[in-house]
Amino acid sequence: MEVAFREERSRCVAILARVLGDIDLAEDAVQEAFVIAVSRWPRDGAPANPGAWIVATARNRAIDVIRRERTLAGKTEHLARLEGISAHEDDPEERTIPDERIALIFGCCHPALALEAQVALTLRTLGGLTTEEIARAFLVPEATMAQRLVRARRKIRDAVIPLRVPDEHELPARLAAVLAVVYLVFNQGYGPPPRAELTREALRLAALLARLLPAEAEAHGLLALVLLHEARAASRVAADGSLVLLAEQDRSLWDARLIGAGKEALARAMALRRPGPYQLQAAIAALHTEAATDWPQIATLYDRLAQLTGSPVVELNRAVAVAMADGPAAGLALLDRLELPGYHLLPAARADLLRRLGRADEAGAAYREALALAPADGPERSFLERRLAEVEGTR
Amino acid sequence: MQYMLLIYDTEGSLAALSEAERNAFMGEYFSYTEALRGAGKFVAGDALQPTATATSVRLRGGERLVTDGPFAETKEQLGGYYLIEAESLDEALEWAAKIPSARLGTIEVRPVMVYG
Repeated sequence: MEVAFREERSRCVAILARVLGDIDLAEDAVQEAFVIAVSRWPRDGAPANPGAWIVATARNRAIDVIRRERTLAGKTEHLARLEGISAHEDDPEERTIPDERIALIFGCCHPALALEAQVALTLRTLGGLTTEEIARAFLVPEATMAQRLVRARRKIRDAVIPLRVPDEHELPARLAAVLAVVYLVFNQGYGPPPRAELTREALRLAALLARLLPAEAEAHGLLALVLLHEARAASRVAADGSLVLLAEQDRSLWDARLIGAGKEALARAMALRRPGPYQLQAAIAALHTEAATDWPQIATLYDRLAQLTGSPVVELNRAVAVAMADGPAAGLALLDRLELPGYHLLPAARADLLRRLGRADEAGAAYREALALAPADGPERSFLERRLAEVEGTR
Repeated sequence: MQYMLLIYDTEGSLAALSEAERNAFMGEYFSYTEALRGAGKFVAGDALQPTATATSVRLRGGERLVTDGPFAETKEQLGGYYLIEAESLDEALEWAAKIPSARLGTIEVRPVMVYG
């Protein structure tokens, strides 16, 4: 019920915001319409098409508000555009209201807004998280987050950031920005520490993008990636909050339904024959869900991903996959070419390969280096400490 | 909707070019301005004399304080502007990116406040 409400709410907001160019005004009008619905529907019965009823009522509220605003610039134009929204509350032909949320997403993720504002606005407007929930998830005081949202909405209204799907020549870059926001929400939710409210929102947003932009391979790729990682969420963290390595995860906790949906999304993406970083990452995640892990194939995919992104973190993952495919010495040779100052997972990976090569002294030093760099309250610490104790014991 | 496109660049960057390059650059500016006019988007636009000619004035306690130089001494300075008519920020950004100086400096895009 609550999910249905959120969906309906953001759809209605999208329709009004697009016409008004003002998310604040749209949200207020839709909110008022819901308040009227709560008092009227139990008495008079719910309308045949609740969504259209809400849109029509919110539209009328917005018209009232704009009429009262004496000084509003472009008043006549706003009113004319509002009149253009269908006011047929109970059109039996029109069972659902059109989904214009895609236009709203592109507005929320406009490059003229700071990335942190894009993320907050997308979660607030389309995800339907409260300001307090978003503030908590990103470790910012609620007042700061509220201010960030107010500024972003005002900039959309006053600078006339259009709430529309960009033209074809802009679409690739703009879509990349939208996917990046959803990916960032997912990463923040993935943790550590994991935050289920964010991974859930990332999943909903990715599903929405894939549905509304069916010709975009990377939209399906991102959805697949999120689904395949989300499928393993329950097995990723032990009861004491420590991180469980993939190889040691209890596979019975994996969600087969999500894995299936993830693989279907990946198949849809690959059928479009436009490879990209999200599809490659999803393909790697898919291979990790198989009973026997195909490490050579994973190493190949990481190699292609490294070529696309040029990211040293991807190179690190590639080295780990090569170590699994061709032995620790081959992986170590790749790691020794990498430089990632201050990043604890590089010495952690080196330590692991040195340990497997039986070079306990060097492994111990690398574990200590990783511990010195690891976040103080990160769940990796206990794992690194345990391994350090092991190699010191075998010396 | 009107947008002010403020052109910031390093003073003397034009002087550092060869004469042929400078002429080509100015030619680009002329055709850009023509394109703006042709599209019916041009409201106003000018280049400014260098900041060596700038004078700043403030009124403090009823007293007029006049100083030599621009508002702030920064590497990139306001060197000119266009005032254009555009439907949305996206359209304004399209035009801003076509200003020849966008390659060398920065164009700040500001919506103009509308009253009444």
